[in-house]
Amino acid sequence: MTSYDCIVIGGGHNGLVAGTVLAKSGRKVLVLEAAGEIGGAARTEEFFPGFRVSSVAHVLNRLHPEVVKALDLERHGLALEGAGMSSVVLSPSGNPLVLRGAYGESLVGASASEAVAWRALRAQLFRYAGILKPFLARRPPDLAGMSLSETSALAMAGLSLKRLGKEDMRDFLRMLLMNVADVVDEQLEDDRLKGLLAFDAVLGAHLGPRSPTSLLGLYYRLAGEVAGVDGAQMLPKGGMGAIVAAIASSAAKAGVSVRSQAAVNKILVEKGRAIGVVLENAEEIRARTIVSAINPSTTFDLVGARELDTGFVRKVRNIRMLGDAAKLHLALDRPPQFLGVSGEDHRGRLVFAPSADHVERAFNPCKYGEFSPEPVMEITLPSLADPSLAPDGACVLSAVVQYAPYTLKEGWESGKPKFFKAIMAALEAVAPGIGATVRHAELLTPPDIEQRFRMPGGHWHHGELQADQMLVSRPVSDAAGYDTPLENLFLAGAGSHPGGGVSGVPGLNAARRIIAIKG
Amino acid sequence: MRSMVEGAYAIAPLTGERPGRKMKTWDAIVIGGGHNGLVNACYLQRAGLDVLVVEKNAWIGGAATSRELTPGYLYSNCSYVCSLFRPEIMRDLELPRFGLQVISYEGGAVFTRDGDYLANYRDHDAHRREFARFSARDAEAYDRYARDVTRQCRFIQPLLMRTAPDPTSFRPRDIGELMYLGRKFAGLGAEDMAQTLRFWTMSISDFLDEYFETDVIKANFALSGIIGTALGPMSPGTAYVLLHHYMGEVDGSVGAWGYARGGMGAVTRALSDSFRACGGVIRTDAEVDHVLVQGGKAKGVVLSGGEEIYGKLVVSNADVKRTFLKLVEAKELPEIFLRRVKNFKIRGSSGKVNIALDSMPEFPALPKDSPCYRGDLHFTDSMERMERGYDDWKAGRWSADPTLDMMIPTALDPTMTSPGTHFMSCFVQYAPPRIEGRDWTDADRDGFAETVISQIADYSPGFRDRIVHMEVRTPREIEAEVGLTEGNIFQGELTFDQLLFNRPVPGYAQYRSPVGGLYMCGSSTHPGGGVMGAPGRNAASEILRDLKQGAKHMSPAHDVI
Repeated sequence: MTSYDCIVIGGGHNGLVAGTVLAKSGRKVLVLEAAGEIGGAARTEEFFPGFRVSSVAHVLNRLHPEVVKALDLERHGLALEGAGMSSVVLSPSGNPLVLRGAYGESLVGASASEAVAWRALRAQLFRYAGILKPFLARRPPDLAGMSLSETSALAMAGLSLKRLGKEDMRDFLRMLLMNVADVVDEQLEDDRLKGLLAFDAVLGAHLGPRSPTSLLGLYYRLAGEVAGVDGAQMLPKGGMGAIVAAIASSAAKAGVSVRSQAAVNKILVEKGRAIGVVLENAEEIRARTIVSAINPSTTFDLVGARELDTGFVRKVRNIRMLGDAAKLHLALDRPPQFLGVSGEDHRGRLVFAPSADHVERAFNPCKYGEFSPEPVMEITLPSLADPSLAPDGACVLSAVVQYAPYTLKEGWESGKPKFFKAIMAALEAVAPGIGATVRHAELLTPPDIEQRFRMPGGHWHHGELQADQMLVSRPVSDAAGYDTPLENLFLAGAGSHPGGGVSGVPGLNAARRIIAIKG
Repeated sequence: MRSMVEGAYAIAPLTGERPGRKMKTWDAIVIGGGHNGLVNACYLQRAGLDVLVVEKNAWIGGAATSRELTPGYLYSNCSYVCSLFRPEIMRDLELPRFGLQVISYEGGAVFTRDGDYLANYRDHDAHRREFARFSARDAEAYDRYARDVTRQCRFIQPLLMRTAPDPTSFRPRDIGELMYLGRKFAGLGAEDMAQTLRFWTMSISDFLDEYFETDVIKANFALSGIIGTALGPMSPGTAYVLLHHYMGEVDGSVGAWGYARGGMGAVTRALSDSFRACGGVIRTDAEVDHVLVQGGKAKGVVLSGGEEIYGKLVVSNADVKRTFLKLVEAKELPEIFLRRVKNFKIRGSSGKVNIALDSMPEFPALPKDSPCYRGDLHFTDSMERMERGYDDWKAGRWSADPTLDMMIPTALDPTMTSPGTHFMSCFVQYAPPRIEGRDWTDADRDGFAETVISQIADYSPGFRDRIVHMEVRTPREIEAEVGLTEGNIFQGELTFDQLLFNRPVPGYAQYRSPVGGLYMCGSSTHPGGGVMGAPGRNAASEILRDLKQGAKHMSPAHDVI
């Protein structure tokens, strides 16, 4: 039996990042992946012969520069070309709005006054997101007793707040927990632009634009960067799997062992201390450090309630993590033509969210276990820029569709065809004729995502990313700083601070935490 | 009997300046005789200032008033429950001596659609046993729930009677107050700090999900999280709103709700009597047209008839929008302040239907002499129904299936109507300030009332036949009569962006305004709405500080045990 210093449960991108950083510190690391291949929700898969797509995450907008640096990803094949991808707000009347450059450096199709208002709001949002950004790459502050570096980090944040100037600081403090709809209503006129911002703020969350705190989602988005550009976005060549391939290459170089088809059945605990894992085939592997990059509630299920405090178990059980976003993959005979969108702009991120009110209306049914009859969605056509993803002349469409509640009252078996019909009707309105070109369709509802990617609730953040589940409360207050009530057991997935998206930060922060306390 | 009612509650003659006499300069003029204006005026008068309150209506009290709109029936026309009113203020201003009596609710109930009901009892254990009828687990969770909510109350309650610090300021007082808050927060301990942060940002629905499994029990508690707010029970931030309604106390019993004997007008009547007993003067039928400003300083007010009244300082009990967008000229205000006032969210979300009944209505679901009649009665037995009502509001319609907070004050207080007859107060959530973008019409108002009446009639056979008279108040009526912009009962929404140092607008959360000598004392200011009196008191404290006058007659907040 080989023994390891460290076992990482889950070969998603965060698990691989954590494993690599730990291996680089001189540890002998084993990453265990339950599926046949690594990558978790950041995989590129063939969903129909000849058609490949990023299965869950499809737009790269927050891969953290410190992760790129720590893993030397550029040397391992990471290519960040095309980070200036546009966003296009689709319009059924053939009058789309285009945001060019990093999150709308310029607007095409808006009035001159709206462009001025947007410039001011965009600068303001980036300024405020910039205040919060340093917190992403840090461990959340420890409320019980702050270390010197935590106190000084908070002081730095306070200082950068003061540096905003009095009035700007006041607006920052006022807006922090506002709803995104009120913010855009205060400053903008154009429904398409408001619809986009509202959509981006609530994407992947169980919130509507009118829900207080929804602006935080937009800050989270804008605090991301690609290739050193704030708010930039891109479709990785080869799909999201290419990012994981670069991380895996770095992991291999660092000496990380990766085992797939190795589902963990149990985390072994002895006297309040994690000592190893038992695999599904009953194989037992021991290590001094166990890092779980899978969902936090799954993690503590593997530990078992007996080893944990009742209050802690209750808190874990109360983590909200029912997904609202579905994923649609279409194999198309030929590239679709969206109304009024230029050929080049089809390579951008195409958003169907005609107004903030529309997004809010779409949110309503999902509160009651019904899908949106008028869903909103983010569409990409990755094969336009990367023809290797589809056969010659054909096209791949990948879309994140909201809102699709995990628990559909009528059940997804009968609901799914109806939801698919609603989505196709929405698509047909902005891309007439698209329905006739569909060769194959795959719709992943949250329960499908749960099953296929082992993400409880089908939630890509491994838990709602809302104010009450952020920072010191992510995933729960006693396990917010990557360590857990059990000695030697650590968390490193999207369920931990700062949350999901292909950033690698939870993995990086967790590894740094382990190195900090264990040397 | 009627004469006794009148005799007991007739308002003493209101004296004022006799016309023709040379105008004096008052030490302070308070615009608006609502409860906060009166609390403010009382404290200033008791500090030795010469104070005049000007009220646009013929009656005082603003939204805390009792009026007889049909013979023999005294209504609590707007606000209807007395529990948030700070006991410290009650004592300072000797309100019991001036006739204020608060009677605790004895219970309450939620009627369910299957003909059953969930009762609320004042007694914790009785309440718990009632929950056990629905779920043993929920009965157990109730202890935990009560403990956790009380813990949050204990943290927040002392903050109500303190001026919020300005976090952008370097003044010693602001820094000191920030440190006080920091220490108080740190004093909670790591675990409770994290829970407090969560509590402040959660929806009441998510919060209750962590304790209870029975829908009707959740709906029962959730109502306090949405009353008066333009939010649904599933909106983040509503857990705090629940707290806002729980911070009240009756006779030291925290969280208890009570009736003011004689209706809510009894509160403002006791306040005005206390005020006048100290020499204060109230003028009714005196609508302020604008505030007189000279050289950036408030010099008095001009009434709508053109009469000028001079004062060394002016305190506005009107909401922040009314005060600065209507009563003060824009040129007197900094642009950034004006922009923030315009952005202040004051969307109305509720209406009120007051009903005079010739006999006690029957609710067959409830035992005949149940103490639950002497409390608030609801018909919304699920979170989904409540939230769907909010979806209607968002779309600019009143709720087709509204959430009512209904009560029959005369079941406890026989002084409001003649024997055998009853007054019923129905608070109705949700009602938007505008209907699908246009103003309310009389037909809308009638449709709104019908929605309410039919909901009650579904649970109370023969209800319609008992109705003698009805007062229907949509946000339109509330704004026109009481002067609450958009009919918002809290003078501004209670969302994070409008609490503490952000209330009413950042930079002006300490009751002062950009105009020298012009202060705010209404619910638009910290800590917000409800018949609490804290904004009026806190404003008085700041004014006396500016005047360098002692405030020994003002008690600090007492601790929650």
